[in-house]
Amino acid sequence: MSLEAFFAMGGYAFYVWTSYGVTLCVLLANIIIPIVQRKQFFRQSLKRKR
Amino acid sequence: MFLVPDIVVRFFHRMASPPHFYAFTQRLMPWLGTVFVLLTLAGLYGGLYLAPADYQQGDSYRIIYIHVPAAWMSLFIYIVMATAGAIGLIWRIKLAEVVAISSAPIGASFTFIALFTGSLWGKPMWGTWWVWDARLTSELILLFLYLGVIGLYGAIDDKKIASKAVAILALVGVVNIPIIHYSVEWWNTLHQGPTVTKMDKPSIHVSMLIPLLLMALSFKSYYLIALMQRSRIELLKRERNSQWVKTMILEADK
Repeated sequence: MSLEAFFAMGGYAFYVWTSYGVTLCVLLANIIIPIVQRKQFFRQSLKRKR
Repeated sequence: MFLVPDIVVRFFHRMASPPHFYAFTQRLMPWLGTVFVLLTLAGLYGGLYLAPADYQQGDSYRIIYIHVPAAWMSLFIYIVMATAGAIGLIWRIKLAEVVAISSAPIGASFTFIALFTGSLWGKPMWGTWWVWDARLTSELILLFLYLGVIGLYGAIDDKKIASKAVAILALVGVVNIPIIHYSVEWWNTLHQGPTVTKMDKPSIHVSMLIPLLLMALSFKSYYLIALMQRSRIELLKRERNSQWVKTMILEADK
């Protein structure tokens, strides 16, 4: 199977790749949000302490 | 239930202690991350490349490898959330309350993914983005339940009371879970019936079944990772006045 045929997904490229793309974004967001929150938490806690 | 080995009991007692949970999950994270990446790569390779196109649906069916595992997770996480909520309600275990509320956004995410990919699959196959079919409607209600839990928790300042309120809401919503599961059998509408959970004779070829199960495991491991991440920050916020968090803040200053 050629790379082109793989990405074409038999004519359903839009539906298949949008599904996978949006899923990736949502799953990534759930990992990034807690990391941002943790940084915020430590920054704010230090500020309060001073 | 009363025959649980002593070592298991002690493990759970230690895990229920916030500082232990915090340290333990930190050590567990790289292992879980590795498992998740391997499962996902294997599942995607099998599903997008190795598995043949469907004889009726062509390549559009490949949405199944995220749609079905995400839908399974949306139900699974809800049950975990309601169970953890009940444990928190009955035994006042702080960690159970934290697990319950930390599950909500992840469950909402998987419910959204199931609905969104289902819509993208429905358009080419059914000719419509959305129908008020029993399965679709009950899954949409599940999304609202998750959002209700998140909203209610945020609206109450005292997090002990918030946890109780959220647990009760989650428990009431459990009634929706069997409705979603059996909706395709009780009401004969557009959404197809089960193909995999008919354990005696799954009507899906093994070359498609294996990647599907790999993706299901991948999403399970992802849930564990995301749950730990969210639980850890929730614990820090709730325990901000306790000694172990204060020590950690001091160390972060260095």
